[in-house]
Amino acid sequence: MKKALVAAAAAAIFASLASGVSAQSLTVGFSQIGSESGWRAAETTVTKQEAEKRGVTLKFADAQQKQENQIKAIRGFIAQGVDAILIAPVVATGWDAVLKEAKEENIPVILLDREIESPKDLYLTAVTSDQVFEGKVAGEWLAKDVGSKDCKVVELQGTTGSSPAINRKKGFEEGIAAASNIKIVRSQTGDFTRTKGKEVMESFIKAEGGGKDICAVYAHNDDMAVGAIQAIKEAGLKPGTDIKIVSIDAVPDIFQAMAKGEANATVELTPNMAGPAFDALEAYLKDKKEPPKWIQTESKLYTAADDPMKVYEAKKGLGY
Amino acid sequence: MIHARNLPFVTTLAIFVIAYGLCVLQFPNMLSTRVIGNLLTDNAFLGIAAVGMTFVILSGGIDLSVGSVIAFTSVFVAVMVGSFGVHPLTAFLAALVISTLFGCLMGAMIRYLLIPPFVVTLAGMFLARGAAYLVSTQSVPITHEFIDTMLGFYIRFPGGGRLTLLAMVMLVVFAVGIVVASRTRFGANVYAIGGNLQSAELMGVPVGATTIRIYALSGFLSGLAGIVYTLYTSSGYSLATVGVELDAIAAVVIGGTLLTGGVGLIAGTFVGILLQGLIQTYIVFDGTLSSWWTKIVIGILLFVFIVLQRTIIWYSDRRLAVRQLKEV
Repeated sequence: MKKALVAAAAAAIFASLASGVSAQSLTVGFSQIGSESGWRAAETTVTKQEAEKRGVTLKFADAQQKQENQIKAIRGFIAQGVDAILIAPVVATGWDAVLKEAKEENIPVILLDREIESPKDLYLTAVTSDQVFEGKVAGEWLAKDVGSKDCKVVELQGTTGSSPAINRKKGFEEGIAAASNIKIVRSQTGDFTRTKGKEVMESFIKAEGGGKDICAVYAHNDDMAVGAIQAIKEAGLKPGTDIKIVSIDAVPDIFQAMAKGEANATVELTPNMAGPAFDALEAYLKDKKEPPKWIQTESKLYTAADDPMKVYEAKKGLGY
Repeated sequence: MIHARNLPFVTTLAIFVIAYGLCVLQFPNMLSTRVIGNLLTDNAFLGIAAVGMTFVILSGGIDLSVGSVIAFTSVFVAVMVGSFGVHPLTAFLAALVISTLFGCLMGAMIRYLLIPPFVVTLAGMFLARGAAYLVSTQSVPITHEFIDTMLGFYIRFPGGGRLTLLAMVMLVVFAVGIVVASRTRFGANVYAIGGNLQSAELMGVPVGATTIRIYALSGFLSGLAGIVYTLYTSSGYSLATVGVELDAIAAVVIGGTLLTGGVGLIAGTFVGILLQGLIQTYIVFDGTLSSWWTKIVIGILLFVFIVLQRTIIWYSDRRLAVRQLKEV
């Protein structure tokens, strides 16, 4: 027993020495939800790249979609004495206790991609995209592109009731509010999937006189847009010219379609949430500069003018 | 001289100590009270459920409903406290009564309808998960003064580690479990049923009552694990703790309990839980390994232990045969 105590004390001293030595380079823990979607995988890849670029040692933990795994990982990071923790939270609730522990140890926590229902003083900042703004960018692009022509739009919604579906719909409506010539004539859920997007688009084409009357498709994500492109082709129409395609996310596949002239515009949901997070963190650790509680990522618009093949090449290695 | 039956337990303990030693060599920070506190707190709900599972497996049964019952309890408590404003203690009590009765019912079906435990508890798993969805599909946060007090209660170790109330509950459950299994008539009956059902019945073991009690105990402990999980995340979520029953079974088997029943120790399960937690902690400390390695290592350990148990049984059977032969 005595020996164990001595060993423990020795280890503790050694540990404190070790942490003193490595004070210059940052060690950051990143608790990711999992790899359920291509975008999520890309976010992980980009976070690792951003860390490497800045000389930050990144400790990565994949929670396999389980909150208990994320809490364990965060506690593990605290025990390790990391300099900061990034979390992409799997659910919005249940973080208070573990975040309090981090706060007591003066470890700043930054949320990526999603916000949580906890007191705002428990985390440094949240880096997320503005989903309403994404929809608005798409809507404004369409309004500018069609000019004063009459335009009937069909909308492929995301999963009913999900926050991206609600917000991206709202934003798009805001974007076209000023243009009275643009009207959403049909709107249905395509569940964010390619197959459902195609099915729903087929029924839209049947319902709208073989598709001749449809001027544009607005899809809440690129996957549904790719499905819709397929349906339009099968109906004997030309996607991109007969029917314009605008969607959100900017996954690699939509750039291939864009290069072929089959898609017109996409708004990027950037997988680079870590870049702004590291910037805020470095500023905070260096000058104690408190960042705003919410950092909005850029929602960049891509069109055929942006060399889609080049973007595709840049994005395809990210794990989408 | 170690009894052959305790060999799996001793092996697990040795593996744990050696593994911990190796981890500490690589990451000296792992030998901190904080890591030990985390091991206990983070695995509290799993540990509590695993005690119930040990009794079930000792009796030669299996309980697949554990994870679902935990999820149901957590959603139930969260909705009762969060939406209906019931005092947490009342909600806890109600949840424990429901989960215990649920276990009773499954035990009765296993005993009196002679349906295999696997089938009954599989149905129970779907039923409890469905009921959880019925209560709420959203994650429901709980904020209540009483719960904050409970969470704020912990003993601080030197070095920043903390023994939380949740960890204490688990330790108490293990202590009581060890006493019940080794020092009570009920415990002896569980071992007897698991060892050989026919001879237990012939010896006058009350098989019916014991079976129902075993599943009621597992139901009760799943409910308690659910409450601990609710406190752990201060919320209830119907999608939570999918597959926790399998983690519990893995801990029980790694801890040296024979899957066919009759042999095993509650203390072994405790080491099994710690070993699983240690692997996860190591992966977080390393920070580059895929977290799926946890499952791979657990899988390998399970294989090793099942083979080890088989070998021990084969060896002791052979020794028995040799002795009988000599007597003849």
